[in-house]
Amino acid sequence: MTAPMPTDAAAGDGAGAPVLRAEGLSKAYGPITVLRDVTMDIRAGEVHAIIGENGAGKSTLMKLLSGHVQPTDGSMSMAGRAVSFADAVQAEAEGIVLVHQEILLAPDLTVAQNLFLGRELTRGLAVDDREMNRRTAKVLARVGSPVRPWVRLGDLPLAQRQLVQIARALLDDRKVIILDEPTAMLANDEVDSLLQIVRNLRDQGVATLYISHRLEEVEALADRVTVLRDGQMIGTWPAAELDQRRMAELMVGRELSGLYPAKRDPQDAEPALVVEDLSVDNGAYQGSFTVRPGEVLGIGGMIGAGRTELIEGLMGLRPAQAGRIAVNGTRIDKQDVTRLMAAGLVYLTEDRKGKGLLLNERLGPNLTLQALDFINPGSRLRRNLETRAVRGAVEEYDIRVRGLSVQAGQLSGGNQQKLLLAKVMQADPKVVIIDEPTRGIDIGNKSQIYRFIDTLVRGGKAVVVISSELPELVGLSDRVLVMRGGRFVAELTGERITEQNIVYAAASSGRDTAKRTRA
Amino acid sequence: MSSAEIAVLPETEGFRIRWADLAPFIALALIVLAGALINSNFMAANNLLNVITRSAFIAIIGVGATFVIATGGLDLSIGSMLAFVVGIMIMAMNAMAPSLGVWAIPAGAAVALVVGSLCGLLNGLIITVGRIEPFIVTLGTMGIFRAFITWMTDGGSLSIDNSLRAAYRPVYFGDVLGVPYPVVITIVVALIGAFVLYKTKYGRRVTAVGSNADVARFSGVHVGRVRTLAFVIQGFCVAVAAICYVPRLGAATPTTGQLWELQVITAVVIGGTLLRGGKAHIWGTVAGALILEVIANVMVLSDMVSEYLVAAVQGAIIIIAMLAHRFTSAR
Repeated sequence: MTAPMPTDAAAGDGAGAPVLRAEGLSKAYGPITVLRDVTMDIRAGEVHAIIGENGAGKSTLMKLLSGHVQPTDGSMSMAGRAVSFADAVQAEAEGIVLVHQEILLAPDLTVAQNLFLGRELTRGLAVDDREMNRRTAKVLARVGSPVRPWVRLGDLPLAQRQLVQIARALLDDRKVIILDEPTAMLANDEVDSLLQIVRNLRDQGVATLYISHRLEEVEALADRVTVLRDGQMIGTWPAAELDQRRMAELMVGRELSGLYPAKRDPQDAEPALVVEDLSVDNGAYQGSFTVRPGEVLGIGGMIGAGRTELIEGLMGLRPAQAGRIAVNGTRIDKQDVTRLMAAGLVYLTEDRKGKGLLLNERLGPNLTLQALDFINPGSRLRRNLETRAVRGAVEEYDIRVRGLSVQAGQLSGGNQQKLLLAKVMQADPKVVIIDEPTRGIDIGNKSQIYRFIDTLVRGGKAVVVISSELPELVGLSDRVLVMRGGRFVAELTGERITEQNIVYAAASSGRDTAKRTRA
Repeated sequence: MSSAEIAVLPETEGFRIRWADLAPFIALALIVLAGALINSNFMAANNLLNVITRSAFIAIIGVGATFVIATGGLDLSIGSMLAFVVGIMIMAMNAMAPSLGVWAIPAGAAVALVVGSLCGLLNGLIITVGRIEPFIVTLGTMGIFRAFITWMTDGGSLSIDNSLRAAYRPVYFGDVLGVPYPVVITIVVALIGAFVLYKTKYGRRVTAVGSNADVARFSGVHVGRVRTLAFVIQGFCVAVAAICYVPRLGAATPTTGQLWELQVITAVVIGGTLLRGGKAHIWGTVAGALILEVIANVMVLSDMVSEYLVAAVQGAIIIIAMLAHRFTSAR
């Protein structure tokens, strides 16, 4: 891959001196290093974007810089003076604040009450609401929010709440403001006004670190861009030297290993699953796709692109309207997990602990919960059937357990995932949808799961894999659909299934936005 | 995949004594022992039978409450519901007595079972279809049932017809081979409850829903139906308790069953069922009901503490039980 040489000393367009500098910053959790040797600086009056795939180390870097997490190695300095933060409060005292991606505000309090939560102004014993409202109005004006301070936060639309969160960060004078995917939950016009606010902050001399998946935003906004990949810093470039495609290439840049089973020859067969015009409330719009037996269909896209929502809608787990759904040629009138399972379609959730397994229960109840009527006819439980199912699953899916009375919550992530896979396979489905098949599990279990998927497909099943890990998507899929903003935006087959193409389709608008307003 | 690396699984799941599960029975034994030491009259067969019989109501209703609580629900209306069902049953029996004679009693019992189940169904449907917190819904129906029984008795009492009194009396005061009927009924109810909870698919789904409703929903369990049915079982158990209760006093009053909901919930929780759901102990509930009644009895028999403080001691028991649970499960 040819990339422009990183020009470390590249002057950000008229930007000032470095406000915050990180030198050789590293973070390890036990033996696992999640961030290695990052050296970068942030200057007054610049927007510095950090880009990278999911898991590249962006959030870790943000948390290190803002004091939420402490580095295992390396140092930080502010204007030449060495600093270290034991917690976020110390970082805030130095004028560095992280604005989280999720909205961490109390919906039942007013905007002003939220802004001053934990640091309320008082006059005597009473809280000074008038002064807090006054200062809130001032800071809201600074971010260009029309909201009034005494409005209940929960009554505001999401975009306005996001602005309130940014306003909260600006309540005290800040030197560095770190925005973690501020536009993840915003609609297009809301994004535009947020970008304008960031530009205003820049013009006021604030140094802004901007983390985003959306490359067009980065292109439109950033003065400099730092790329992370697999916990390594790849380099820092002036944004003017990069376009969206180049950024996608820099984010990926990795060879496939022998981790993945060889691809299969796609068969010409009737689709095992047909979905037409499936719309899910607040998540996905008019999704249509088919999967054939013997095929792995990958669904790619950034987090929040509506992939999980689409499938949960398909399974009847969210309010959704479908044009037509057919499993194995059988048309489905009413979507319901049990009916779909009976027709031959199952779904393996991405939320293993929250929606997949009963962590306090033993293997048996977990394994048989979904397919209980299939394994065990009649209303009386027969333990021998359950035990037989557990033994079969432990053998077939290589679940490592000390004994059958072990609780699911005591298993390792990889074994939990295998148990979950065994669970949805109990009713011998024809189509299996797996959401994030290897999230949070080690490489050995990963490769086993890939082999199980390969075995299923070679056995004539149809498999849909949703994954945020690009190498996984490329390594497993015979065909990839990419989602963005709740819609399918690209279909990739054969040689065209590459990480670059997926990232490009998932993150770019497809059109190269006009260069930044400020040259 | 080599299976050689897997440790050979034991043939059975293995029998391990879980002290936490035995705790209510050990506590019961200790309290009985204390009672025996404090007052020699405590261990008299007469007294013990009396105590056990009186605990039957809380135990029977507690079996139903164990289901509701295991699904993560709560039913505050059970005390009022009992009074309401008792009132309806007495009215039905009195109305049928002239034509059916003694057969009015089983007919009245059938009416009670239907009405109790319907009351439970009402609670369950409002909670699951209306998507309202069980606490709020049953707080509402608690007031409604209580007002109905007050209205039905006109603020006084509603008595069973004299022609039925003698025939019905044995259901509370009689015995089989020396075991009082209410105790027999409690054992039967608990046996059925334990069978449904531990040996049927429905019972499995009850614990799954209470353990994590999302997991259950994603696994295709009809969470609303499971919850609603738990409330129906609760209503049915209340009706069974009502059938045992009517011959005891032969009347319903506006204070019948007052505050029983608190005793029932106490019995269920000290029995080892988690209030947040997911873990249920039918026999623990029965032990819990016995603990409450035995403590009251020991306090009445002893001169050390005023019997007016019985509720205070029962209240302390639930807190101690929870602290003990926190202490044992933290390790």
